[in-house]
Amino acid sequence: MTDAVSMNLAVDFCGVRLKNPITVASGTFGFGQEYNQFFDISALGGISVKGLTPTERLGNPAPRIAETPAGMLNCVGLQNPGIDRFIAEQIPRLRRHDTAIIANVSGNTVEEYCGMVEKISDADVDLIEMNISCPNVKCGGMAFGTQPKMVEEVVSEAKRYAKKPLIVKLSPNVTDIAEIARAAVGAGADALSLINTILGMRIDVDTRKPVLSNIMGGLSGPAVLPVAVRMVYQVRQAVNVPILGMGGISNGRDVVEMLLAGADAVAIGAALFHDPLCPVKALAELKGYMAKHGVSDVRELSGGVMV
Amino acid sequence: MHLIHTDGLDGAPTQTACTVAGRAELGERLYALELDAPGLAQDARPGQFVHIACGSQFLRRPISICEASGDRLRIVFQAKGEGTQWLSERKPGDPLDVLGPLGNGFDLSRLGERPVFVGGGIGVPPLLLAMRKAKEQGAEPSAILGFRSRSAAILEDEFRSLGAVSVTTDDGSYGVHGFVSDVLEGCADHATAVAACGPRGMLRAVASIAEAHGLPCQVSLEERMGCGIGACLVCACALKGEDGQTRYGHVCKDGPVFDAKEVDWT
Repeated sequence: MTDAVSMNLAVDFCGVRLKNPITVASGTFGFGQEYNQFFDISALGGISVKGLTPTERLGNPAPRIAETPAGMLNCVGLQNPGIDRFIAEQIPRLRRHDTAIIANVSGNTVEEYCGMVEKISDADVDLIEMNISCPNVKCGGMAFGTQPKMVEEVVSEAKRYAKKPLIVKLSPNVTDIAEIARAAVGAGADALSLINTILGMRIDVDTRKPVLSNIMGGLSGPAVLPVAVRMVYQVRQAVNVPILGMGGISNGRDVVEMLLAGADAVAIGAALFHDPLCPVKALAELKGYMAKHGVSDVRELSGGVMV
Repeated sequence: MHLIHTDGLDGAPTQTACTVAGRAELGERLYALELDAPGLAQDARPGQFVHIACGSQFLRRPISICEASGDRLRIVFQAKGEGTQWLSERKPGDPLDVLGPLGNGFDLSRLGERPVFVGGGIGVPPLLLAMRKAKEQGAEPSAILGFRSRSAAILEDEFRSLGAVSVTTDDGSYGVHGFVSDVLEGCADHATAVAACGPRGMLRAVASIAEAHGLPCQVSLEERMGCGIGACLVCACALKGEDGQTRYGHVCKDGPVFDAKEVDWT
C-alpha cells in the first residue's frame, strides 16, 4: 500500500506542471464556469476550453446531438464567441482557479491557424491545443488532420508563431495514426492530444432522415475508449513527445488504462454529460488504484502496458 | 440528500440522489413521478427542468418540473423512448440521480393581472406550477390546454382548482374541437400576458396571436440536450439578436423559457 500523502499525482506536460493528470476535453466543458457550479474546477489538472476561431462562429442548426449505444454523436460545428472575446472575458474568470488553461484553437486556412497561435501565445494561457481534427466544419478542421502532408504544412507554419507549448490534436479518422503523429512531431509539435471524435452517422428509421442536422457527426463516449487506447498506444510507439490521451474515459480505471497505453495526462469529455462529477470521482479512483497497487508516482504508469 | 453543495449561490443546481415517493399513470404512456428532493424542490422555479440519469442510457433526460412543494418535486412525462420508458418503470423507494433545478423559467413579474397559460400535450405540465405561483401572487390566471384526444388529457382538475380552464382536442373527442390558438384568439383581448409550452407549431401560432394583441408572451422551448447546463452547446435554438442577426442560443441555459419576440420562428 502507498500512503496517499506521499503520492505524486503531478505531471510535467511540456514544462507545464499539471497538479494531476486529469483534464477535461475541449467542447465538453465550455469555459469552465458551468461545471464550477458542481465542483471546484481547481481540482482539475487542466481545462481545454471550447474550440476557438478567429471570429465568432454560429455553429450548426439543431439537432446537434444523437444518442448512440454507450455514447453520442455531436455536430455542434465549433460555435464560439471568437478568440478576442475569449481572451477578454473568459481568461480572467478561468485564472481565478488554480488549474492549467489549454486554449483549443482552429482555423479555416493555414494563415488563420498561424494567426490564432500567434494571438493566443500572447494571452495568459498555459498550453495551446491546435485542433486539426474537427469533423463538423466544412473547411479546415479534419481536412488538415487526415493527410500527413497537410499536417506537416499547417503545424510547421503555426509552430513559428507559438510562444507557448503547442499540442496538436489528432483525428482518429485516418488509416495510420502513427504516420500522422510522426508528421506532426516532425513539423514541431511539442505534444499530441488524441483522439478527437470518430466520424459517425445515425438515421431515424421512421422518418428515414439523418438524426443530425449536419448528417454526420463525431462519436464520443465510452464506446470509443478501445479505439482511443489503441491509437494512444500506437502513437506512443511512434513518437517521443508528451501525449494527452482522451476518448471515452469515464472513470479512474479508464484513466489508468489510458496512461498505461502511453498517455502522460488524460482528458475526460462526454462522460461529464452523464455525471458532472466524473473528473473528481475519477481522480479519487486513480488515487485508490495507486494506493492498492503500490504506485507512488503517477508518472510510473505512463506507457506501462506490459505487452 | 445532497451529494455536493455548490459554492453557496442561491438556486444553483445540484446533483441530488432523490427517492421516488410516488408514481401514477395519467394516461396513455403518460406518467407522474413524485420525488423526494429536498433542496432541489425548494429551489425550483416554474418553467425550470431537471436532468435525470435513466438507467444505462448514456445521456440524461431533461424533464420539466410540474410541481414543487416542500421537499417534493413532481415530474410528468411521456414514455417516448428507452430512457423515458425506464423512468416510467420506477417505483416508490427507487433512487434517482437528478441534476437541477436547471434553466431559466417563467418570469412571473411579466404576467400581469390576467395571464393566460397555454399548453399543448406534454407541454402542459410545467404550466401548473407557473399558474399556481401566478395565483399566489394575486393574479387571476386562466389556462387553455390542448390535447390530441380525450385519452391524452392530463392535469385538468388541478388547473381548474387555480382558475378558468378551456380544454381543446385535435379530434374533438373532448372539450373544444380544435386548437388552443383558436381559443386564445377569442380571449386574448382580456388577457395581460401569455405563457406557453408545447409543440413548436403551436408556440409559433400562440406567439403571433400574442403579438397581434400586444401581449407579452413567454414560450418554453424544447431541444435535444447533452450536458443540460450550457457547456456542450448542442441544444441550439435560433434567436434574433439585438443587432438583427440570428444566433444560436441554448435551450438548457438561455431557456427553456424565452420571450417569444427573441425567438427566430422561421
